[in-house]
Amino acid sequence: MNLSMKWLGDYVKADMPIKDFCHALTMSGSKVECYEEEGKNISNVVVGKILSKGPHENADALFVCQVDIGAEAPIQIVTNAKNVKEGDLVPVALDGAVLPEGKIKKCKMRGVESFGMFCGLDTLGLTAHDFPYADPEGVFVIEEDCKLGQDIHSAIGLDDTSVEFEITSNRPDCLSVIGLARETAATYDLPLTVKAPEFKGVDGDVNSYLKVDIHNAEKCPRYCAGIVKNVKIGPSPRWMRERLRASGVRPINNFVDITNYVMLEYGQPMHAFDLRYVEGAHINVRNAQNGEKIMTLDGVERELTSDMLVIADEKKPVAVAGVMGGEYSGIMDDTTTVVFESAYFEPSQVRQTSKKLKLKSDASSRYEKGVDPTISMTCLKRAFELVELLGAGEVVNTVIDCNKSDFKPSEVVFDSRWINNFLGTDISEDKMKEYLGRLEFTFSGDKVVAPAFRIDIGCKADIAEEVARIYGYNNIPSTDFRGVAKAEFTEEQKFVRTLRNAAVSLGGYEIATYSFVSPKYFDKIRLPENSKLRNVVRIVNPLGEDTSVMRTSTIPSMLDVLSFNYNNRNEKACLFEISKEYLPAKEEKPFINGDILANSGNQKHKYNYSLPDEPQRLTIGMYGGDANFYTLKGMVEQLLDEMNIGEVEYIRANDCEEFDERFALHPGRSAVIIKDGAYLGILGEVHPEVQETYEIGVKAYTAKLNIPELMAAAAEKITYSPLPKFPATTRDISLVCDEDTPAAEIEKSIKNAVGKTLEKVTLFDIYRSDDMKQNNKKSLAYAISMRSHDGTLTDEQADSAMKRVIKALAAIGAELRG
Amino acid sequence: MKEQLEKIEALAKQELASCTEIKALDDLRIKFLGKKGELTAILKQMGKLSAEERPVIGQLANKVRADIEEALASKLTALKSEAQSAKLKEETIDITLPGKHAPFGKLHPLTKVENEIREIFMGMGFEIADGPEIDDDYHVFEALNLPPDHPARDTQDTFYIENTNESILLRTQTSSVQVHVMENQKPPIRIISPGRVFRSDAVDATHSPLFHQIEGLVIDEGITMSDLKGTLEMLMKKLYGKDCKLRFRPHHFPFTEPSCEVDISCFNCGGKGCSMCKDEGYIELLGAGMVHPKVLENCGIDPEKYSGFAFGLGLERMVMGRYDINDLRLLYENDVRFLEQF
Repeated sequence: MNLSMKWLGDYVKADMPIKDFCHALTMSGSKVECYEEEGKNISNVVVGKILSKGPHENADALFVCQVDIGAEAPIQIVTNAKNVKEGDLVPVALDGAVLPEGKIKKCKMRGVESFGMFCGLDTLGLTAHDFPYADPEGVFVIEEDCKLGQDIHSAIGLDDTSVEFEITSNRPDCLSVIGLARETAATYDLPLTVKAPEFKGVDGDVNSYLKVDIHNAEKCPRYCAGIVKNVKIGPSPRWMRERLRASGVRPINNFVDITNYVMLEYGQPMHAFDLRYVEGAHINVRNAQNGEKIMTLDGVERELTSDMLVIADEKKPVAVAGVMGGEYSGIMDDTTTVVFESAYFEPSQVRQTSKKLKLKSDASSRYEKGVDPTISMTCLKRAFELVELLGAGEVVNTVIDCNKSDFKPSEVVFDSRWINNFLGTDISEDKMKEYLGRLEFTFSGDKVVAPAFRIDIGCKADIAEEVARIYGYNNIPSTDFRGVAKAEFTEEQKFVRTLRNAAVSLGGYEIATYSFVSPKYFDKIRLPENSKLRNVVRIVNPLGEDTSVMRTSTIPSMLDVLSFNYNNRNEKACLFEISKEYLPAKEEKPFINGDILANSGNQKHKYNYSLPDEPQRLTIGMYGGDANFYTLKGMVEQLLDEMNIGEVEYIRANDCEEFDERFALHPGRSAVIIKDGAYLGILGEVHPEVQETYEIGVKAYTAKLNIPELMAAAAEKITYSPLPKFPATTRDISLVCDEDTPAAEIEKSIKNAVGKTLEKVTLFDIYRSDDMKQNNKKSLAYAISMRSHDGTLTDEQADSAMKRVIKALAAIGAELRG
Repeated sequence: MKEQLEKIEALAKQELASCTEIKALDDLRIKFLGKKGELTAILKQMGKLSAEERPVIGQLANKVRADIEEALASKLTALKSEAQSAKLKEETIDITLPGKHAPFGKLHPLTKVENEIREIFMGMGFEIADGPEIDDDYHVFEALNLPPDHPARDTQDTFYIENTNESILLRTQTSSVQVHVMENQKPPIRIISPGRVFRSDAVDATHSPLFHQIEGLVIDEGITMSDLKGTLEMLMKKLYGKDCKLRFRPHHFPFTEPSCEVDISCFNCGGKGCSMCKDEGYIELLGAGMVHPKVLENCGIDPEKYSGFAFGLGLERMVMGRYDINDLRLLYENDVRFLEQF
């Protein structure tokens, strides 16, 4: 809402400095975004009269003028303007003048001195809408009542200040000059003067011109209408155009301008249309018929449905109620009789229609928030008062008022003690009453009654807010928090915190990525057509395809970031993210945490659709530096260790169907982590095709760990093992086995064979001689450490254990290296 | 014999003086004090002395031995310390060469600031509540006093989930967690809820379709607007220092009444007015208010008995303010050169 300060002055004496005004209104609840003083960037421009216009001695395209600027002697100005002649009044920028485009100085133009410049509309920051009579291309020839030498600001009304307010949706009454005048008066405790509009009219019976029937009083409880005949369509006077301009509305012609003027002044949308096009001279406020069509003022044909309300004549709709008029019933240059409408439409009706038609207007945005239900007639009269003031036509002195409204102002119990307890203040009851009185609230018994325009008032807290904002929010004391409350992290929050810190300790840089991604990732990570990861939660109205589905895997987001870093020439990266995946619900879950409200014992609101699961994941990604499968695995192992997840098993990702991300990984270099039958995660080298698709020029590695499964697998407490009292015995063993025998299998055999004296098996060498390579064999060397807690192991005990080891290894095809 | 003893002492001291190696000291000890050494050789002749001379010479011999031993010891100390100095000098390195780093990562700036805020609130007795990011219209809007067709819904451009008849959506505010908490917990309630929210805003330097909010909620008997002010002032003083000032402006949120927007004195000019705060002296920081009685009712809490306040702050804005980051996109691009700065 843009407010003209001059216009505001009609109702309240707002002569305080503009900065004070903006601050005070902001602090009482009408937030000022900014203000603009018109013509502030123009100075030293005055009205001048062209006394003579003669040719330039050196240039055919230039003219030399003598100009009377109200000074003793005329000044000489050289111009190229063709549209000015002797006797014209023009804006003259004098030597030293400031204009939006720069400073003006006297100079010689082709050898002839010029002491200034004539200004066009655009030079002064104006357009043809401001002065419709002026030539928008040439110099602005002023047709205003002004004096020679008069400063241009006052001469053409360029001296208003426009203040832009951000009005919240609960205060549609402030989308008007009078509404803001009320707030100004209440804030500064100033008198407010709003006169009831009056018009004289010419004798006539409105019913002989027009008939009005409301067929849906619920949606349109009141409809007022009147007639203006012998209309003279033309531009409105300058003062009206100026005020519209300062309010950000383009002046069009006197009738359109009057409807806009009343809307801006009172907040009540008005509509004016040509009686010629109202067939049967009969207005019906009714529901539209399904499929009924109307061409709205914006030139678009719209198909209506039966839940929409229209203003119709006997045959067709002439307007969509409260939203927009029809193209063919508007005011034309040859209009002779005008119908003015001022009505109240039910807010949600207008809102639904506007939303359904995807059509918004100044009128709909006011109606859908709620206008004052009692001012339809006042505003109709105001429009007629203006018609007469502008001499725009003859108003028939009787009007139609179809009033089926049962509006009652809202009443709330007034309890000053409750208000003080709620705000933490100590404001006297008299002071509260004074504040509310300034805001036009009245008192009736133990109730406070809201004025009709305050459609937002409904409960005690609303009254507390009114008191608080006039008292001043910043005058309310601040109290330190009282009482003791226990607070601790949940087990899950602690777990995630430890995990996150561990990932940082291991060199991971934490990243943050979007939860929604492009469905293109399905193919980019080589998911088969039937992959469960393709079953996604989709957004109906995404910003674009790139953010249109909720990710079912965090790995593509990680790959995007690896790619971004690689392509920004960062030579290495080790990244991690703790974030969610969004998996369509597997089972119906109509409630979260049971079906009963903890506080009232009543039934909870039920979900109509089950919510997706949102499990947390730890995702790791790396490339460059010493990144390889084993550094990734090492990081995962250390994380699992830090989270107290003991022994886990690694199996080839391809041997397990749990994670479809396996398709994104190198089949020979990827693994799934299992503990007690639970799948903890997947890790591996990124598949070369995927690496290429993501334009990562080096080998990249990624892992995903499922946090709920990690939590379930984690030991609840750490138990200390006593430090050994007896020395360990270590035996080295070197063996040869098939190339594809997994090390884990050999280690398992060793462990089982040694039994409980085994302390540690450490792989210390892998070797492949030419001979072995030919036979597809490899050699592994282990240090086997054995220890007993009962005493030092004897050589015999160790030897016998080693015999068992050798036998066990032979059973899986691993032999001692000769 | 006396002369012999004195000669030995003089000779020993002379040889010691010219000795420069620790190893040579041992030779000297043997030479003078050893079993076959010079002093011993002389002492062996003691028997030849008269009874009067013997104690005198014996005393002298002991003194000579003691003197030589002492001279040896002090020479040893001197030589050792010389050797030590030489070694230390030789081992001197360039201490300006860089140290060797073990790999160590970084927390994302969003996490860093969020952690800081969590800790402040934990200290004030607030627990951390989590809630679903994908939720339904009821919990995100309706229960929060935003019935269908409420005009304030326009300001929250919502992403809806397919095939749910606009019933399931991406939460536009963490306020939805308020509803879950009040549905499941009895007062006193003191929680904050940090998390992701989603709005259909195109990406630019200050907008992102995904951002983070931290919601706060307190419900108890006798909670006042003064408590709200005190709590937020404490938070901001802890985050931004004792000198920062807060300004409370009336505003409108459907789920609070009274509602306010809270501004903080400009980080740049401290309240005088500058280009950063558009001459206002203050920067908009967060929205807050007293929980609307209808919201309490919707969650089964008796508004006649209980009252409370709620607030919501944008994490991105706080992170950007804290680190002077001028482009929101940097937070989600995750360039390691950006991440390593925090």
